[in-house]
Amino acid sequence: MKVKRSRGERIFSVFNYILLTGIIVICFYPVWYVAAASFSDSNTLSAHTGILLYPLGFSLEAYKKVFANPMITRGYLNTLFILTAGIILDLFMTSLGAYFLSRKKVLLKKPIMILIMFTMFFSGGMIPFYLNLKDLHLTGTLWGLILPFMINTYNLVILRTSFESIPESLVEAAQIDGAGHFTIWGQIILPLSKAILAVMVLYYGVSIWNSWFWASAIIRNREMYPLQVILREILMQNDVTSMTTGIGAADQESVAMTIKYATIIVATVPILCVYPFLQKYFAKGTMVGAVKE
Amino acid sequence: MKQKLMHSVRKDWKKNWSLYVLVLPVLLFFLIFQYRPMYGAIIAFKDYTPALGIEKSEWIGLENFTRFFQSVYFGRLLKNTLLLSIYNLIFGFPAPIILALLLNEVRNRRFKSLAQTITYLPHFISLIVVTGMITDFSLTTGLFNDIIALLGGERLSLLQEAGLYRTIYVASSIWQEVGWGSIIYLSALSGVDSQLYEAAQIDGAGKWKQLIHVTLPAIAPTIIIMLILKMGTLMNMGYEKTLLLYNPSTYETADIISSYIYRVGLLEQDWSYSTAIGLFNSVINFGLLLATNKLSKRFSETSLW
Repeated sequence: MKVKRSRGERIFSVFNYILLTGIIVICFYPVWYVAAASFSDSNTLSAHTGILLYPLGFSLEAYKKVFANPMITRGYLNTLFILTAGIILDLFMTSLGAYFLSRKKVLLKKPIMILIMFTMFFSGGMIPFYLNLKDLHLTGTLWGLILPFMINTYNLVILRTSFESIPESLVEAAQIDGAGHFTIWGQIILPLSKAILAVMVLYYGVSIWNSWFWASAIIRNREMYPLQVILREILMQNDVTSMTTGIGAADQESVAMTIKYATIIVATVPILCVYPFLQKYFAKGTMVGAVKE
Repeated sequence: MKQKLMHSVRKDWKKNWSLYVLVLPVLLFFLIFQYRPMYGAIIAFKDYTPALGIEKSEWIGLENFTRFFQSVYFGRLLKNTLLLSIYNLIFGFPAPIILALLLNEVRNRRFKSLAQTITYLPHFISLIVVTGMITDFSLTTGLFNDIIALLGGERLSLLQEAGLYRTIYVASSIWQEVGWGSIIYLSALSGVDSQLYEAAQIDGAGKWKQLIHVTLPAIAPTIIIMLILKMGTLMNMGYEKTLLLYNPSTYETADIISSYIYRVGLLEQDWSYSTAIGLFNSVINFGLLLATNKLSKRFSETSLW
């Protein structure tokens, strides 16, 4: 049924489009600014003030400097290692936990669930967490960035809710055929949950990619820094000296600016590339998560 | 009674033993990485030194807590933490709801999906990059100042101004999370029965009345759940963004409990004292969560558990 729209509704609609366009511009412009600045000629850019709509005097100089920096490559490789090992272990552990919690008529299910859920609302705090890692000899290794973060309880709850929606009859049929829980988990539940597992890969992947704090807290050896910690040095502590050697002192500052912007782009592009493909899964993940206990 | 229990335990084990084996690594994970640090938090009541270890360090009762309550930082940290949280709640909580309501009214599908794609985007940019951008834009020669100058204002080193810190923090958080936060409300909105709107229109209800009488009641449970979750984290302001954005010249408004714990604990290695502050914070958080959950149960029959 199509209801004719009144005058008021049409005015509202126009107003709505204008407002949303404004929001789109605000969300997108800073990213666009950084991209445009990174391709700009450093001297022209530093002389320019005000809104930047396109690169000024196209130049790839900054990117050459960024790719020539061995620490960026090193950081990429470290992050790649943490991502690969992390995602595999995260999915393994989270899906085991979710499978257990999705079973019915298990005597110890309730106490185990309380044990797990309690950690969502209470924790020992930053310092005991750190001392615990130190005690376990996990400081100074990349495993210290992987093992303590294998299960995110929110993700566990999302996955469990999704597992619960798989018809119980499939599980019962397999049990009659003599299948144990490991078989059911690996050969029935997981293959039927590809979409939600993709969401898990996305959630864990993004959080691993973006994490920096614990790396900066437990890793002393610069060779082991993940990308974000290297980025922090470059962006926050203004440590671009290794990339601006051989440039006259007068130009240093303006070159440093374009190098920073190029670094941001180099470190953000991978996420932005996978993002449109995964977008259709977003809503699915949050919707499952919204279904309460 | 006891026999019955033994019987059901035995029956359960016979049927589910492989399930318990399967969940064992998960339990070990929680015991080692969550509950072990919780036990370690008892050093809040001790004079912990790494040489003596957790067990052998001397008990000192509540000394660390009273030291914190009496310190000159206590009032400032509490105020900064609460104010930042409250501003974040007041401005940050309604923002995604409003965005979802606006998006829900868009009939042009392509425009809607474009708006969604772009507003979700900042969520995926790492915090390091976002704060790096803020830092650069806030320089006297940066983008923010270019815009301020364009509007006839005076150029300022924005991140050195204690008075502007909260605005920058809250506004950039909204920028980063408004789109992502709207997803959950959009999915709640998509579940509203369209017949309700048609009925309301036949009754002569305009857009505003439809919003008040149909839309908001329909998504109220989602809003309440999200609000409880937020209220429970009122004192739990994350330290990551603060550590990246603040500097000694803005400590006055920027320093919050968790960033102070970081400085006292990890940098100055005053382990017991910083653990005590953290424990105090965790207990308050937990209390807040219980209280809001109870309130919500009472007034709306919606609760976390």
